[in-house]
Amino acid sequence: MSAGTGDNIIEVEGLGTRFGDNVIHENLDLQVKRGEVIGIVGGSGTGKSVLLRTILGLKKPDQGRIRVFGEYLQDMPEAERRAYERRWGVLFQDGALFSALTVAQNVQVPYREHLHMEADLMDELAAAKIRMSGLPANACSLYPSELSGGMRKRAGLARALALDPEILFLDEPTAGLDPIGAAAFDELIGDLKRTLGLTVFMVTHDLDSLYAICDRIAVLAERQVILVGTVEDMLVSDHPWIHEYFHGPRARAALKES
Amino acid sequence: MLVFRASGEWVVAAVSGVDRQLRDIDAGHGRVKQAVFDLGEVTRFDTSAAVILSRCAYALEQGGARIEFRNLNEAQSLLLDKLAQDGPPEPVEKHDVGLYAHVAGNMGDAVLAVSRETVGIVEFLGDVVAAVGRTIRRPARLRWVPFVYHMERAGFDALPLICLLTFLIGAVLAQQGATQLAKFGADYFTVNMVTIVFLREVGLLLTAIIVAGRSGSAFTAEIGSMKMREEIDAMRTLGLDPMDMLILPRVLALVVTLPMLAFVADLMGLLGGGVVSYFMLGMSPGLYIDRVRDAADFWTFAVGIIKAPFMAALIAMVGCRAGLLVTGSAESVGQQTTHSVVRSIFLVIIVDAIFAMFFTAVGV
Repeated sequence: MSAGTGDNIIEVEGLGTRFGDNVIHENLDLQVKRGEVIGIVGGSGTGKSVLLRTILGLKKPDQGRIRVFGEYLQDMPEAERRAYERRWGVLFQDGALFSALTVAQNVQVPYREHLHMEADLMDELAAAKIRMSGLPANACSLYPSELSGGMRKRAGLARALALDPEILFLDEPTAGLDPIGAAAFDELIGDLKRTLGLTVFMVTHDLDSLYAICDRIAVLAERQVILVGTVEDMLVSDHPWIHEYFHGPRARAALKES
Repeated sequence: MLVFRASGEWVVAAVSGVDRQLRDIDAGHGRVKQAVFDLGEVTRFDTSAAVILSRCAYALEQGGARIEFRNLNEAQSLLLDKLAQDGPPEPVEKHDVGLYAHVAGNMGDAVLAVSRETVGIVEFLGDVVAAVGRTIRRPARLRWVPFVYHMERAGFDALPLICLLTFLIGAVLAQQGATQLAKFGADYFTVNMVTIVFLREVGLLLTAIIVAGRSGSAFTAEIGSMKMREEIDAMRTLGLDPMDMLILPRVLALVVTLPMLAFVADLMGLLGGGVVSYFMLGMSPGLYIDRVRDAADFWTFAVGIIKAPFMAALIAMVGCRAGLLVTGSAESVGQQTTHSVVRSIFLVIIVDAIFAMFFTAVGV
């Protein structure tokens, strides 16, 4: 890690994003510390997913710079960037599994492409990841179209974890899951963080997830990150949107449980 | 007693080599009394390393050995515990079938698929006919906007392509005819050949094949991606019949436009023949038209055009049905689109052959 970045694994500096006349982000700053679980919240259209896509390099920032692993990945030649990209895993909203491949083959894609590995070992590792993600062993040979929404997410997580990444990006991981499944998912993320030392960057609306596993929460509003802090910081904030979010009826219920 | 002393980076990129050695350990019953895994010098340790170690430990344990892990840090023991919780590694199932069984199986599958397909097409034909019947009783049911839209897309927009191709084929036919027939001193009969061949067969066949490739495939892809995104299910739950909304407008639009396209194709083919006759045979336009009139009567033309609505219905129905057969994956859209084009061109030619026999039998 280069000097000056300290413990920050992701640093967003002065990010600006616009679609036509519609300004999404303006001078947005955000730091993510190594080993933490950070939850990104914000109303619809505040650019949570856009922020995620920009950090991943799927979208070029209109302004500002982004450092991941202490490097400005966007300035790097393609081949060098690939090596860094292998060190993160991404779970897209609906899993984004390759529909022509089975679940096991989906998980094996990174092994096949990036490592020289024997078929037996790939099968074994894929099966282990799939079970770690909470899917039954017989799911390995199913195609994505044969899975339910929740199972697709878990399969997507198994693929994201295939190379044991350092950062895990999750785009609304618990949306569309039943409460029991969502709680199990939270627990799984917590387990993975503890066992693998993962940094987790999570876009979410799920208050239970925020309470259960997030070390810090970043609130996106007014084109910027208006507050970063723990749940306690959120509860005492007097920003109207944050107050509404963390003191609404659903928030109170989630707080009571936690 | 067996002692494993692991050191260095145990990560996914590096486990391949170690895995071979671990697999080669003979865990035969009672051979190893005690096994110790010492991870004291491991600098990095990830899930794949944990997977292979726990698999090895499990095999030894089954063989009667006592297992001990030493110098684990917290994360490592958590990880190994978690894998142990998931239960013993299950053997990966392999389905190996012999080559002959595989070939025989594929043949059987193909035969079954053809029979299912035939039944499916007949069923679908029945559905469409029933829908047409309903629409004739209550014409207001027809969706006029999509009907006209598809007439434009499948018919009018295809005109430039069809004009160009049929003009060229007409010219090539005339040019070849003139060269070959000149050997018998019969080059003036080039006109008869071009006229009859074009009006009876080639004009329509060409048009039908172009439309199958252009519009049949589009129907499949459109309806297929709607099916994939559950739009068709959404329609059903809103009380709308996809047959009325999607299929009937397409089928009827093609039934109406294909005869018109075939008519234009006939004209362009004759024009191509005329241009070549003018340049190669020195035949004046007036004379060419006279000779065309001599060569063809009304039925020569009608035999071609009568076939058009049937082919149109076939192309549209095959295309729409293939769209409805799309399942969840993107690959399946591609597959069904290919099937739809292949099948409709095949059926167009079959229908043409049947009509040829029929018209010969009735003597036109």
